Formats: sequence, structure tokens, C-alpha cells
Amino acid sequence: MQDVKAILEEIKASPYEEVAILAPHAGKVQFKVAGEGTKVYAPSGTWREKPGTLLASLERERNPRPITCTRKGEVQSVNTQLDGTFVEAGTPLMVLRHFFTKEEVTQAILKKVLFLFPAPERAKYLFAPEVDKKVKVSGCQSIKVKDGMDLFIVSRMKREKPLAYNGPDGILYAVYFSYDQNVDAGQPLVSVCPENQMDMIRDVVNRVQSDWEERE
Amino acid sequence: MDIEKSTQELADRLQYIQDIFGSRQPGDVALLAEKLAEFRAREQAEGMPQKVKLLAQIQDLFDFVEKKLDAELVPMDKVRIVRHPQRITLKDILEFVYDNYTEIGGQDEYSIDPSMVIARAYITRRIGDKVHNQPVMVIGQEKGHGQEFRNGGSVKPWGNAKALQYMKVAETENIPIHTYVFTPGAFPVEDYPGAAQQIARNLYEMAALRVPVVACFSEGGSGGAEAIALADTRLMLSHGYYSVISPEGAAAIESGIRQGQRAPVSMIEECAERLKITAADNLRMGYIDRVVHEPPLGARPHHYDFFKRLRQEMIMATDEAFLGVKGLGLIRGMALKRRKKDAVADPESMFVRWVLDEGAADRLVWKRYSKFRNMAKGAMRDKTPASRRLTDSLQQVSWSTYSYLRYEFLRTYGKKLMTLAEETRAEAGVVLEKVLRPFKSGGARKVDTQTIQKLTELSCAEEGICLTGDWDGGYVSPKAREDKAVTCPNASTHGCLDLWAPDLFGDFAGVCQYCGHHFPMEYQWFIHNVLDKDSAIEFGQDVEAGNPLDYPGFDQKIEEAKRKNKIKSSCLTYEASIDGVKIVIGVLVAPFRGGTVGAAEGEKFIRALSRARKKHYPFLAYVHGTAGIRIQEGTNGVIQMPRATMAVRRYIEAGGLYTVLYDTNSYAGPVASFLGCSPYQFSVRSANIGFAGPGVIKETTGIDIAPDYHKAYNALARGHIQGIWDRREIRNNLVQAFQTIGGRNLYYR
Repeated sequence: MQDVKAILEEIKASPYEEVAILAPHAGKVQFKVAGEGTKVYAPSGTWREKPGTLLASLERERNPRPITCTRKGEVQSVNTQLDGTFVEAGTPLMVLRHFFTKEEVTQAILKKVLFLFPAPERAKYLFAPEVDKKVKVSGCQSIKVKDGMDLFIVSRMKREKPLAYNGPDGILYAVYFSYDQNVDAGQPLVSVCPENQMDMIRDVVNRVQSDWEERE
Repeated sequence: MDIEKSTQELADRLQYIQDIFGSRQPGDVALLAEKLAEFRAREQAEGMPQKVKLLAQIQDLFDFVEKKLDAELVPMDKVRIVRHPQRITLKDILEFVYDNYTEIGGQDEYSIDPSMVIARAYITRRIGDKVHNQPVMVIGQEKGHGQEFRNGGSVKPWGNAKALQYMKVAETENIPIHTYVFTPGAFPVEDYPGAAQQIARNLYEMAALRVPVVACFSEGGSGGAEAIALADTRLMLSHGYYSVISPEGAAAIESGIRQGQRAPVSMIEECAERLKITAADNLRMGYIDRVVHEPPLGARPHHYDFFKRLRQEMIMATDEAFLGVKGLGLIRGMALKRRKKDAVADPESMFVRWVLDEGAADRLVWKRYSKFRNMAKGAMRDKTPASRRLTDSLQQVSWSTYSYLRYEFLRTYGKKLMTLAEETRAEAGVVLEKVLRPFKSGGARKVDTQTIQKLTELSCAEEGICLTGDWDGGYVSPKAREDKAVTCPNASTHGCLDLWAPDLFGDFAGVCQYCGHHFPMEYQWFIHNVLDKDSAIEFGQDVEAGNPLDYPGFDQKIEEAKRKNKIKSSCLTYEASIDGVKIVIGVLVAPFRGGTVGAAEGEKFIRALSRARKKHYPFLAYVHGTAGIRIQEGTNGVIQMPRATMAVRRYIEAGGLYTVLYDTNSYAGPVASFLGCSPYQFSVRSANIGFAGPGVIKETTGIDIAPDYHKAYNALARGHIQGIWDRREIRNNLVQAFQTIGGRNLYYR
């Protein structure tokens, strides 16, 4: 198990991610952003129906295709020497800097330290009756899980069968399913945290939520 | 006398005047305000007799000023009048026009749709010693005096469905229907039964209701109004409006503003003027039968005299509807004449029983059809030469005669003859068999060479399955002549590769090979590539779209559309064949003013339906695209909704197969009437079908809608359409549909 504090320090040292924009196909490129430091935005709207900032257009066979921004951030560098020239597919056009949000930092830490138990098939999932009772009364973090423990009931097309947990021992950190929603195969059902790390994870997550400064 | 109450009423009247005129007429408003304040100051000190005298004086002054201001009302003021919370509502009418009523299925907000009110009411007539209670079904939109949950009379689809249900109840009970139109327009949501589709269903059913319907318009907002207004007699309140679109909506389109912005006030006022929405305008154009005069500045709940007048008008209209179709012709005429003469004195003095027998109901439906068929005749340009008109009518007679002989006469007598012939043949066969048996030799049955070939040789490809080099019959889109690549809009989600335009718009019929997205194609593609080669013969080309309201600047726009598209209206009608099946087709062409429907388009569609009925052909409405009713034609356009729907009903009742096929985008009026009423509506993939576009929905309901809200698959999921076809399969699917739905005779029951 990794050291949670070390991970956080690592993220703090470089609180952003560099996103390289590559030419998706060959064509004549024309940049549409001003240059370094320009703010760019990701797709927005309830259904993400409004496209992100227009970064460049790439024309092939008299068909100019827009290259839009997929993540919020700012422009770090633009290969301006390529403007108006023909580029091959995969040529780096520009680099964007995406600053992590609180949510992303939390997710990155949790991803590294938690064990995710995946759904074996697309179905609706429920907790086994005695676990369910406990979860309802005192929340999921009161459940200690062991390898081979009967934890779930798989409900598919009105037929139910038990499903045993299999993975490292620990405490249920979070639940990602609800009884009335189908979960696709491979999607996580629950995340499990080693018992001795529980307090530290809570502490780090709280610290991120309260102290992390999000850059606009 | 309650002086306090009367003073409050005067204050309300003053507020009303201010609301209607805004900053106009400041002199009159100031005068009334000053006099009212003066009265309030003085009345405290005066005795009762003096108070009453002063009150009478100031009331007279209010009456005088209101009368004076009434003459200065502009169309937009009337829009403000009908939308004012003090305007009379349906509940007031139920209270004061009818003698008693029971509201059906609703108590304030506890109703499936509080904006639609339905009531069983009765009108009592005392003739001599006898008292007659005459029941009616009252249906109408209720705006409520400022009741938010009424939605301003904007009815949701399920509200219109409720209205239709009770129209059918009235038909079963054989009682007349009174409808009151108080709506700014329908609530444009697609949830089942769907705004457009439900209005279409209402129109279709009302077209043949076997009881008289009398409609009274106060606020007639386009499709929402039509949902209950297809009536035998249409009355209109003098301060009401009846329009294809709200002046605000028209102004937004005219000034080309973006969503969320407001059109300038001057433009809204101008649009209200241009659209010819007032009672006088509509009476002149013939879309309403009579105007019910209101007190100065419009009727409000305290105008009891007005309710009396309205009651008399409604009774008279209902009496006329009954007398117009009841009994013997001669007596009917006399009774109507007497009725009209008496009406001036007292319409309640004569008793007419409000019941129809079967024959009279038939006459009623026919009369209603004829009434609407004759509307809007002058609103289009029919340039057909006199000689052609004569040959056309002769031709129509010959089609009718041929159809009668073939489908009526021969069907009856031909069947008998055929049965006789079959029986005779069987008898003869038996006798012959007996006679010839001794002479017949035995041995193997001879098999013809074709069968031997079929059984012993390998099969070869069916004819026509492959395109050969000399294929020259099809239409090639101009977009296919460009040497460029095209990106599919789903490329980012489905990973579609770029397509080369000549492939995409040529061989692929505008369909993305990777995800199946359908790019729009020209209407000519359908005419040339779906129908049999060179089979489409256009008719009715001489009916041209015009500018019946003399809408400023529209003459140039319509001429430009004609010149650019080389057609005279957005509706093209053809007689054609598809795999040998003869059909009549009505096409709504999207590039011609957005495929909007006006008087010319409606008339052409109706004529095409009539041709299909006379020739016993199936009818296909191919909607290449339509944006709705052409707003610049005002009510001349909106009246096409009931007109064309009635023609569709007539065609279907005569046994015709009416199929609709949507391509690209189809919205509003046409979908909410003559297209949406078809029981067989199909759509090409990637088409959008709905009542109002996303912008209008956001503006009127405040609901944000998903980008795929109007997509054909969602329309199918909601039950609005009956199937989705791939464009490349249209021809096969159409043939299949004609054969399976049309039955043994291909297209006729």
C-alpha cells in the first residue's frame, strides 16, 4: 500500500497536467488561439453540447475540421512555426496546462490507495441482507470485508444469486451502486481501504477539500 | 351602497388602462387619476347622497374616457387586453352565460391540466309554461385571473387529449359542443401524447364530429387554438386576436435575434399590425363568422351585459348550426330566416331542439367540410388558364366515373359473375374428365425446359442487383460533384472517418458508412431515385404562393425563393409510380422558405388528396422538410391546418391509404395537423420531428432540452411515428408498406 502523504506531496509539487494536442490526421493547420497563457475551456452545457474553445483547424481535402479543447486550462506553448503548413498525423501542435481540481486530486489519491471491486456482469447489485441492515444503520464505513465473504446479491432480469467479495481485507470506503440502477460489467461496485490507513485517508481527503486552491 | 368597493373598482379600471396603454395617452390617465384622488379626498367629508352623486359623476367620466380610448386601440393593445389578468376567463363565462354547470375532471390545480377546463353545462329556455334545459359540453382554455398554475392557458398535450375525450363523449351523448379559445399557444413539449401529434389527432377527430361545434375566440394562438376551434360556427370577441404566431415570436424571427434576447418593442407592435390578427381582419378574410362586440377596452368580469350578449350569440349560433342541417330543406330555410329575424329581438324566444338524427349529422359533417374547403381561396395565386381548368374538371369527372365503375359497380356485380364462372368451370371439368378418361394415356408428366433449367443449373444474380456501368437514370446531387472530404457530426463519438463527397452524396445516398448518420439530400433525390424512372408527372404547378397580407418586403422574398428554387410554392404534387404501384405524392420542399405552408401549399395538398381519392391511388406525403406555417400569411396560413386535415380525413374515410415520410426537419403546424394525423408516419434516420424548436421551448417553458430531443428515434420511442427507415431502403420499404398496409388491392380497402 502506498504512502498517502507522499502521493499528496507529489501532486502538490506539480499541481497540473500537461496535455499535448496532436494532429489527429494529416492536413494544413491553422492556429486559432492567441498564444501562451490564453485561457481555454472544456465542453460545457448540461449535455456537454457546447464545444470547448476552438484551438486550431486542420484542413484536409478541402475539409477544415476544428480541433477543440477537451480540458479546461491555459495554453503553455504553441508550435507557431507550423501555422499554415501541412502537418503529418501525430505532430504535436500545442501543449495545454490543466490545473487539477479538488475532485481530481481526491480521485487521484483514492485511485492509488483504494482497492476497487468490479462488477462481474451487467446487472443490478444489492448488499446481502445482514450487510444491508448494517449499511442502512451505520453507513458503509462500518463494514469490514474479508476475502470470500458473501457481500452482494446479483439481480438480473428478476433472478437473484449471491456474489462473494474477493480481494484484500479492509473497510468499505465507498459504494458506487444503487439497488435500482444497472451497473455495467467492469465498473466498480465498492472501494475497500486497509483498516490501518482509514484515518489517514480521511485526513488527507479533508485536507484536500479544505486547503487545495483551484486555479481559474 | 358600498362606496369603498366602488372606489376600488375605479382604481382597478385606472390600473387596467395604464397596463394596456403603457406610456401612451398620459393626458387621459393623469386626468382620471387626478379626478379619482379628488373624489377620494372629498368623499370623506360628504354625506351619503352627495357621495353617490359624486361617484356617479366619476363613473360617467371613466365610461367616457374608456369609450374615447377604445377607438385608439392598436392591434398590440388588443394582445395586451386578452392577456390581462382582469380579462374575462372561461370560468366567468361558465358562471354568467350558462344557467348551471359541473366542471369535469378538475378543481383548480388538481387537474390533469389546469389550463384546459371542461364542463357539462346547460342553458335554460322558458317557452310558455315549459322549461327546457338544453345540455352542452363546454370546452376551453382557462387563463385564470393571474393563477400561475393555469400556465396562461397554454395547454399541455394531455390537456388537449382530455378535450378530445370529452368531445367524443358529447358525440356519444348527442349534445352540442361550445369551445372557448383562450390560449397564447400550446405548451410545446414532446412527452406523450406530444404537442403536435395530439393537436393533429384533435383536428382529425373534430373534422368529422357528428354534433355541432361552436367556437368563440378570445386569444387564438396558432396550433393551440386550432386544437379546439375546428367548428361549424366560429365567433370572435371584438377585442380578441387570432394569429399564426405571437407578435413577440414574429418579431424575434423578423429581427433575427438570438435566443435569450428580446425583440425591440417597436418591432413587436409592427408585427402585430402586419399579421392582421384582430377580429375585424379575420372577419374580412372569412376565417370567423361573426364578431361579438365587447364593452370599451374589452370585457371584464363586471360587464354583465356583455355576458348576456355572449349567451345570446352562442345560443343563436348553436340554433343555426342545428337548423342548417335539420329537417326538410324548405322548412329549414324558413326557420333559419325567422330565427335570424327573431334573433335581433330575443334569440331565446324560439325553441330549437338540440338533437340531430343520422342524416342530419351527415349533412353537418359535409357542411363543415365545405365551409373550410372554401376558405382562403383568395390567399394564393392560381394561374391555371381557363381552358386547362375546364379540361381538369372534365378529367376529374371521368376519373370519378371510372372509379365508380371499376371499384363500386364491378366489385359488386363482377364478384357475382366470377363466382358463377368458377362454378361452371368446375362442373365442366368434372364432366370432361369423365368423358376423356378412357382416351388418356399414362406415363410421366412432361416438365417444361424452364423448370428443368431451374432445377439443374446454378442460379445467377437477380437482374438489377448490381449497378452496371451504363446506369444513368438516377439523380446526382450537386454536392457529389465537389472534390472534398466531409466529416460526420458523430465523428468524435463514433470514430467515423472522413467521407469523400462524391461517395457520400452519390453512392451512399448521404448516409455515413460508419455510424449511419443521414446527411440532408435534395428533394430531387427522392423524386428521381426512389420513384420509378421518369414516372413522376407534376400537376398543379400553376398554383403559386403569394403575399395575401401584403406583408412589407415579403413580395421580394417569395419571388427570390421562386427564382432560386425554380418552383412556385413549397408544395409540389406528383402522380408517379413506385415498383409499378401508381401513387399521388405531395412533397414539402425545405429550401423554399423553409418548407413553410401557406394558402397555396394547403390548396395544392388538398387538390392532390382529392385526385388520389378520385383515382383510387394511395397518397404519400414526402416531407423533405417543413418549418411550420408561413407566418407572413397570418391566419391564411394557420387555417390550412384544419383545411388540409379535413381533406385527409375525407380521403382516409373514402378508403385511401395515407402515408407520411419525414426527412430532415419537420416542425410545428403541418406536423400538428395534416401530417401528424396519419396513422402511418415513417421517418428517415437522423430526421428531427417535433412541435417547436429548442429555442422556442426554452423561451416559452424555461426547460432546457437535450440536443437529441427531437430526433426520430425519440419520436419513435414516444409513439409519435411508426417506424424509421434507412434512406437507401426507402423504395423497398415503401413498396413493402403499400403491399402490407394497403392489403389485397394494394391501396384501397
